[in-house]
Amino acid sequence: MKVCLVVDDSRVIRKVARRILEDLGFEVAEAADGAEALGWCRTITPHVILLDWMMPGMDGLAFLRELRASPGGEAPRVVFCSGENDLERIREALAAGADEYIMKPFDGDIVASKLAMAGAL
Amino acid sequence: MNARDLELLTALCAERAGLRVDPERGYLAENRLGAVARREGFGAIDELFDAIRHRDEERLIWAVVEAMWPAETGFFRDPEVFELIAQRLLPQLAAAAGKTRPLRLWAAACGGGQEVYSLAMLLAEQPPAGAFELFGTDLCERRLEKGQSGLYSQFEVQRGLSAHRLVRHFEGVEGGFSLSPRLRQSVRWRRANLTEDLGRLGQLDLVVCRDLLSALTPMARERALANLTGAMAPGAYLVLGREEAAAGLAPTPGLPGCFTRAAAERVAA
Repeated sequence: MKVCLVVDDSRVIRKVARRILEDLGFEVAEAADGAEALGWCRTITPHVILLDWMMPGMDGLAFLRELRASPGGEAPRVVFCSGENDLERIREALAAGADEYIMKPFDGDIVASKLAMAGAL
Repeated sequence: MNARDLELLTALCAERAGLRVDPERGYLAENRLGAVARREGFGAIDELFDAIRHRDEERLIWAVVEAMWPAETGFFRDPEVFELIAQRLLPQLAAAAGKTRPLRLWAAACGGGQEVYSLAMLLAEQPPAGAFELFGTDLCERRLEKGQSGLYSQFEVQRGLSAHRLVRHFEGVEGGFSLSPRLRQSVRWRRANLTEDLGRLGQLDLVVCRDLLSALTPMARERALANLTGAMAPGAYLVLGREEAAAGLAPTPGLPGCFTRAAAERVAA
């Protein structure tokens, strides 16, 4: 079963995302910030990472840069899922190696279509 | 919605636009017409229909018919189809057109612009050697206005549009996202009723009209298909919905919903 790592400091968002992702056939792991997410990535290679941007501690962009710079870190598909909707910031996320970008609020259709575009479905 | 109003609605839709109203889906009509009634200042749908009966006002009639017109609201809806258009149809058609004549494309029933702008994005991403003319038509005035504005909500730009295309072709504006002026200006808009004469559009190399024919009455479907076929230049492709058939046209192997004029006709043309 493909693993999706959900990285978000909001427990509510993680729960909503988990339900959607499990319906799409993923096994879901959760992390509350970038540092915890990096810890996960050292033990498992998630198929796809659903990544919030603004989080206390290590934020999403810092996590992504660190992930992509690490050995094997190019493998997971990374889909940002953030309230940030400024196109300049979205360009920055794509340039840092994000495959897709979801602007919150999201629904199941958006998640499914963005995962498909990222080649993760 | 009462049976008498539904009957009038069905008659108006068939008569004005050849549109088939599914009696099983009265809830859909109720949902859409409730919004029209409110917009036009009526307390309820039956008051709206009373007004139509008594005033016989064209504007009100069209407001109702247009509200029932099918609305597709995604960019690159059915991505595989756009993949095939980009990979196979456009290169072939562009090569045939060469630099001597413009490549002519038409998104019929393009609704709020998503379908025709998806084609515009493909053309911007892989520009043909020569010029092109891209037409977007719909029956519904309100949706044409929406399409021409090129303005979409955050929700709408996440329907089928990749983040790469979003940042490439749009800019952020108050309340949403605005398509680049260059792409907006690459589309020529017309109001067109597919069951009526389409002669002024001329001959086209690619005609895209997905999932509309199946929403029409059998008679209107036949007329619309004849009109679409009549607008096809020799060698042109017609792209319908995956499940839709086109009597008298030749299906393209490997491309569901994609048709060319039958061989005999092509030779004659």
